[in-house]
Amino acid sequence: MNLTLRVWRQAGPDAPGRFETYEATDISEDSSFLEMLDLVNEELIAEGEEPIEFMHDCREGICGTCGMMINGRAHGPQAMTATCQLHMRSFEDGDELVLEPWRAAGFPIIKDLVVDRSAFDRIIEAGGYISVDTGSGPDANLIPVNKDDADLAMDAAACIGCGACVAACPNGAGQLFTAAKVSHLNLLPQGQPERDDRTTSMVEVMEEHFGSCTNMGECEAACPKGISIDFIAMMNRDYRKAMFRNRRTA
Amino acid sequence: MLDARIPEGPIETKWENHKFDMKLVNPANKRRFEIIVVGTGLAGASAAATLGELGYRVKAFTYHDSARRAHSIAAQGGINAAKNYHSDGDSIYRLFYDTVKGGDYRSREANVYRLAEVSNNIIDQCVAQGVPFAREYGGLLDNRSFGGAQVSRTFYARGQTGQQLLLGAYQSLARQVKAGSVELHTNAEMLELVVVDGKAVGIITRDLVTGEISRHSAHAVVLGTGGYANAFYLSTMAMASNVTAAWRAHRKGAFFANPCYTQIHPTAIPSSDEFQSKLTLMSESLRNDGRIWVPKDPDETRAPADIPEEDRDYYLERRYPSYGNLAPRDISSRAAKVVVDEGRGVGPLKNGVYLDFAEAIGRLGRDAIDAKYGNLFEMYERITGEDPFDVPMRIYPAPHYTMGGLWVDYHLQTTIPGLFSIGEANFSDHGANRLGASALMQGLADGYFVLPYTIGDYLAPQLGSEPVDTSAPEFDQAESDVQAQIDRFLNTNGTRSVDWFHRELGKILWEHCGMGRNRSGLEKALSEIPALREEFDKDVRVLGSGDTLNSSLEKAGRVEDFFELAELMCRDALTREESCGGHFREEHQTGEGEALRDDDNFAHVTAWEWTGDSGAPAEHREALEFETVQLSQRSYK
Repeated sequence: MNLTLRVWRQAGPDAPGRFETYEATDISEDSSFLEMLDLVNEELIAEGEEPIEFMHDCREGICGTCGMMINGRAHGPQAMTATCQLHMRSFEDGDELVLEPWRAAGFPIIKDLVVDRSAFDRIIEAGGYISVDTGSGPDANLIPVNKDDADLAMDAAACIGCGACVAACPNGAGQLFTAAKVSHLNLLPQGQPERDDRTTSMVEVMEEHFGSCTNMGECEAACPKGISIDFIAMMNRDYRKAMFRNRRTA
Repeated sequence: MLDARIPEGPIETKWENHKFDMKLVNPANKRRFEIIVVGTGLAGASAAATLGELGYRVKAFTYHDSARRAHSIAAQGGINAAKNYHSDGDSIYRLFYDTVKGGDYRSREANVYRLAEVSNNIIDQCVAQGVPFAREYGGLLDNRSFGGAQVSRTFYARGQTGQQLLLGAYQSLARQVKAGSVELHTNAEMLELVVVDGKAVGIITRDLVTGEISRHSAHAVVLGTGGYANAFYLSTMAMASNVTAAWRAHRKGAFFANPCYTQIHPTAIPSSDEFQSKLTLMSESLRNDGRIWVPKDPDETRAPADIPEEDRDYYLERRYPSYGNLAPRDISSRAAKVVVDEGRGVGPLKNGVYLDFAEAIGRLGRDAIDAKYGNLFEMYERITGEDPFDVPMRIYPAPHYTMGGLWVDYHLQTTIPGLFSIGEANFSDHGANRLGASALMQGLADGYFVLPYTIGDYLAPQLGSEPVDTSAPEFDQAESDVQAQIDRFLNTNGTRSVDWFHRELGKILWEHCGMGRNRSGLEKALSEIPALREEFDKDVRVLGSGDTLNSSLEKAGRVEDFFELAELMCRDALTREESCGGHFREEHQTGEGEALRDDDNFAHVTAWEWTGDSGAPAEHREALEFETVQLSQRSYK
């Protein structure tokens, strides 16, 4: 199949960007979307033009490195699918595809389709952990966990940190990512001692970097792991409770 | 002969006694030591976090944009531990024994015993961190059996165990970053090790975003930089996985052990065209219900469902009647290669074999199969566009783990004092073949529970000394070497892309140093690889500049190292005149096609020393003494 690509090219963080048009020719419908870009890049190199930089690594949908806007949708047209798991059979011969980097103020562009998502790390550093030094945990079965809670915690923990939620959000909000981690830890008995501090610290750092949530729900639709916006409600509830308790003890 | 510094005494007490014998650094003095940790996968992140908790000043480096992305994240199945929560006869000794036997008696007993010993601590640690392991209705941890073990010792978090364990380690690391004990450098690739007076004292890194080259010094350097299966180009590894950190350390004097021990996993999805970039693994559990076959006739053109039973060859069931489709990984992989080489492969490129569920669907019903394998079927359909309920899956073996790596002693120290290596980057615990669910165990054992003890023994005598100043001439030299390499790539102005060379190198390696190896093939590879390397030097095309993000430039350095490593893999395979685990020399097999070990001549680790000429490395050996386990021949008939 043959496609026309309109790709955002930007030489560096401060350089002006522009769309360039490239033809992707003789693409097998069995190839993955990123392999199609590999081929385009091979041709660009052959012509002496710098290849398109894009984010990718594991190419099996788990590391969370990949991601771009494809025709305005984070990770492209297929639901529950990271960019690297998209295959060309999802597209039609003759399609024109517009490829842009994640669009969000919280994710500044580094080059072409590559953005800086380090704000996510700052949120985790603010409290996305359980404080336990190596070797100090009790025997694993001394902490029984209700199976429903464990399963729900795992649903939240499945977040791969790709940033599609932020990119899809009209406000560039970081709620779904933050809520997934807050909920994962707050649902477990091990997470209780630090629950309030964790929630308030992570929410505060999130708000330094990202926009505000107005319950549009675009994040859930774009999430390749199907993380539910119910977790945002859970985080908001925990945040209010934590603020209330803090006021009482202050 | 290399001295592995294995402690005296019975195997059950070696580690316990040794922990007492090793020198300690007192808590207040720990902050006077700086440690560099390269890599933030399971091994690196767990080590950096633990060292930070202990009070050392740690600098951690990853080439990823975040410490949460290393390829440990892709491990699906689980992590072994000898908890014996099900009272089914498991024990530390049994986990130790299974691992030594599974490694085809080519691993170091004392290391493996210690691994089994600390396996239980790992589960305790991970649960305390909030890793959401699967649970039973009573709230206690669930287990499953895995990889041929006769006990249920595998802990898992859905099909995402590696991800959850890595996030646990990453979160511990984030806590230390916040606390100020770990300085984390993301987008930073180590390109050189700095050695002064024979000791590892620092590294040179390149910032992948700005291109800035920097120098970092410390009292010790730890490499947790993963395996080298990407030398094959097509593998189940992440695209960026590479050998560069370990290889540059090798070039500075660290011996590289058993490079020919590579594991080829039998059930990956075959490539669909020449430009495929990676292979995706399908869980081995599928072989419990799927039957593996190919047509008898190489010219078969009918659709699989139209091929009658009498025209099918269920070759695993035919060759290994008692194990059938559940024959071990190495055996199954080699058998698939045989039928594909005979021209009987299936699929458009005739490069796969069928894994057929029709019989199981008929016997158990569609719903039962869906409940067991539904998510795997969906993953397969996503990639191939074919529904395994209607058409048999197509599978083919793929490289996915490397048992070889930097040689380390019992302290996990390489042959360069002050340079340690942990996780898949070292050669230590898996011998010639790794068992399923043991890679996660080893990475975390090294990082959480072994290295933090052993590194203290190296550091303690250096109390009061400052790290070497980064203006030392050795740092100047290392930095200028790095810069010279970058300039060389950018100025070659050749005609072919880095990927083109990598793909060609992979083809040579897969053909001659893959599932089956023989003398003439290896000798051929040893002449083809240097020839291709020469072409690479003259004809590679790297566009752009060194002062921005430039993935072709990054990759050029990694591929150059793969060339040298590939040569060493072939040389090691040629030197090891026996078959063991993942290393199958066609000249050394039983009449029935089984691997034939030669314990009299090859019960040793081969550790290679860089001599400045990739064609003539120096061979060293570490004898493997089996005091506890009796050597025997594995049989699957």
